[in-house]
Amino acid sequence: MSTSNSSLPSRRQLFKSLGATLAVVALPASNARQPATAQGKAYRPSFFSPDEWAFVNAASARLIPHDRLGPGAVEAGVPEYIDRQMGTPWATGALWYMQGPFNADAPATLGYQLQLTPQQVYRLGIAATDGFVRKAQGAQGKSFAQLAPDAQDTALHAIESGQTVFETVPATLFFSMLLQSVREGFFADPFHGGNRGLVGWKLIGFPGARADFMDWVDRDVKYPLPPVALSGQRG
Amino acid sequence: MVYSRMKKADVVIVGFGWAGAILAKELTEAGLNVVALERGPMRDTATDGAYPQALDELTYNIRRKLFQDMSRETVTIRHGVNDTALPYRQLGAFLPGTGVGGAGLHWSGVHFRVDPVELRLRTHYEERYGKRFLPEGLTIQDFGVSYEELEPHFDFAEKVFGTSGTAWTVAGRKVGKGKGGNFFAADRSHDFPLPAQKRTVSAQRFGDAAAQLGYHPYDLPSANASGPYTNPYGCQMGPCNFCGYCSGYACYNYSKASPNVNVLPALRQAPNFELRTQAHVLRVNLATDRRTATGVTYMDAQGREVEQPADIVVIAAFQFHNVRLMLLSGIGKPYDPATGLGTVGRNFSYQNMATIKAFFDKDVHANPFIGAGGAGVAIDDFNADHFDHGPVGFVGGSPMWVNQAGAKPISGIALPDGSPAWGSAWKQAVADNYLHTVSMDAHGAHMSYRDNYLSLDPTYKDAWGLPLLRMTLDWKDNDIRMTRFMAQKMRAVAEAMGPRSIRVSVKNFGQHFDTVGYQTTHLNGGAVMGTDPRTSAVNRYLQSWDVHNVFVPGASAFPQGLGYNPTGLVAALTYWSAKAIRERYLRQPGPLA
Repeated sequence: MSTSNSSLPSRRQLFKSLGATLAVVALPASNARQPATAQGKAYRPSFFSPDEWAFVNAASARLIPHDRLGPGAVEAGVPEYIDRQMGTPWATGALWYMQGPFNADAPATLGYQLQLTPQQVYRLGIAATDGFVRKAQGAQGKSFAQLAPDAQDTALHAIESGQTVFETVPATLFFSMLLQSVREGFFADPFHGGNRGLVGWKLIGFPGARADFMDWVDRDVKYPLPPVALSGQRG
Repeated sequence: MVYSRMKKADVVIVGFGWAGAILAKELTEAGLNVVALERGPMRDTATDGAYPQALDELTYNIRRKLFQDMSRETVTIRHGVNDTALPYRQLGAFLPGTGVGGAGLHWSGVHFRVDPVELRLRTHYEERYGKRFLPEGLTIQDFGVSYEELEPHFDFAEKVFGTSGTAWTVAGRKVGKGKGGNFFAADRSHDFPLPAQKRTVSAQRFGDAAAQLGYHPYDLPSANASGPYTNPYGCQMGPCNFCGYCSGYACYNYSKASPNVNVLPALRQAPNFELRTQAHVLRVNLATDRRTATGVTYMDAQGREVEQPADIVVIAAFQFHNVRLMLLSGIGKPYDPATGLGTVGRNFSYQNMATIKAFFDKDVHANPFIGAGGAGVAIDDFNADHFDHGPVGFVGGSPMWVNQAGAKPISGIALPDGSPAWGSAWKQAVADNYLHTVSMDAHGAHMSYRDNYLSLDPTYKDAWGLPLLRMTLDWKDNDIRMTRFMAQKMRAVAEAMGPRSIRVSVKNFGQHFDTVGYQTTHLNGGAVMGTDPRTSAVNRYLQSWDVHNVFVPGASAFPQGLGYNPTGLVAALTYWSAKAIRERYLRQPGPLA
């Protein structure tokens, strides 16, 4: 945590400038609340509340935006991926050693030492982010999802850098878990609910489960075939 | 409370990874009744490696499907003897396995022998550089066995593993010059069973650049089959097709050597062998005089204590589980770093790496999705003692290589320094760099020190209420000097490849051991072999000095970490131990040394 680092703006200054930015550019929420699946049916989240779902969609859209390079996280189904992950053993901390005593202030080199499960990190982190952006705007402030993209980016940078301090969960931990989830949903096999249309793999040229490269190992050429998913779907 | 007592076996083996599988095969061949106990589930290529489901990065390498179940059992870690250790709650720096095949199922397949100097490291350094050259607190030792003694066992292990490679000399005859042999390799009695695997574009570039600088590039010895192969046990392997799913995965193609593919199919035919899974061994039981073991007690899948009596107990779990089981069972004297006395937990070591990522323009197609875990091109010019350590002032060496194992998008997109972590600019950066990145490693030896050791944790317990193992481990100045020197040498090779930019990951002075980022699963020591019972837990045949019917194979026997990957030496030492058991111990049970 770098709050004592004099080269960084103080929390108060940051809050002030962020509030100004948010107030100026605040706009109605994007229409990314209910992304359509490949079949055209809206996905209904089973873990996230409507407000949380709006956050997950809005944050995903900023972390991997739709732009001139093509589809972003929302079009790839990343919010659906994240919601589905919330129902796995990973999300309840069941893959980790979670016996106490805990020491939340341990050096980073000793790794994760919190009592929180990913489900809790998400729930607390989303609430804290919404609380932080509302407070920065003053009375009747908007939620994160209701902000304009530039203001959302400003808020995300503040959380990522650790200049924003949340009471309930370390802000940087929440941000890094969110970013990791978004990347997973963008690049994992579509079997898990994201990477719809194999857009993540097409962006970088990853061929997926092609499996046989014997003829390509020693050739300095571009691999010509499109990606293929575990289901056999091609990109 | 013991729920049941099984019929006595001649041999009980704890753990069914490489060491357990090899000893099970050798001892059933000798006519003994062998029971192997594996704490994890049954795993097989046909199920856990089924194509295409096995090619799923999220399930295998991100959610860690084949690795140890951390919710039940882990280790605690601290940097110094006065610190409080905390649990390794999530897998990070190292990835121990569980289930049939152990780490031998999810490994990559780099299959080295050993540099002969590393078997007699202390003696060699003292002879060449003088006793005063070794830093204070360094506890490096000789293994107590020579390369010549192990050579037939390296040879046989390669035949069992179906190892691909290029020899330098075979029975003194030079065969590998200009063909990819390793100029520094020790002599071999036979060639590799299979020729080396193909060289990826990145490995070709590394080899060309290294040769240009006057170094000696060679093909990595790989236990990924370069062609169809049947091993001496009659087990079959298919040719590796460079799919890139080795490390962390079960090979669907039967190309990567594993206990499951290369040993178990033969062992299954033996009526005197039994493999029991979901059998978590709690302790080795000792006779009242504590000079012999009577068997083991394990917890079955339903949580019932079961006793398995046996005449010989083989502790063949992963490196640190071996040490923990000895400590929990009271075999040998626990090591005390304050006095330097005791042997169990002593000389715990790891590996010491530096990594370089080189980023090329779009006309260079590294295609990092193509890969094989064991394939690559390396140089040994700075490994072992192939260069003068006098002027550089550190102990240890490091091979360096391009080992393109298959980089996956969730975990594997390296970006140049200064690249953003998200947003449109990140998207542009991953699109620009993924296919054009070459990754290189200096895969260094790690020395052992008086205060890097293993003991039982006073606070944290496993799912069965037993103390976790505690690691006390930190980097020392010698390690940092070594890895920084290697990074500098490797950087010169990287620059000779003509990349657009490069990114160097190297340790800084004062930097602590970081449990988070993956390094290697090459942990060593804690139950080290040797010729002096005051400084080794097992003798040169891997037999406990204190309890003569207990044998402890595995990297737990290494007195310090090697530059090379450890599996080849683990296999050879296990065959060496098996020979001593078969030819001497069975005839006359008792101390072999």
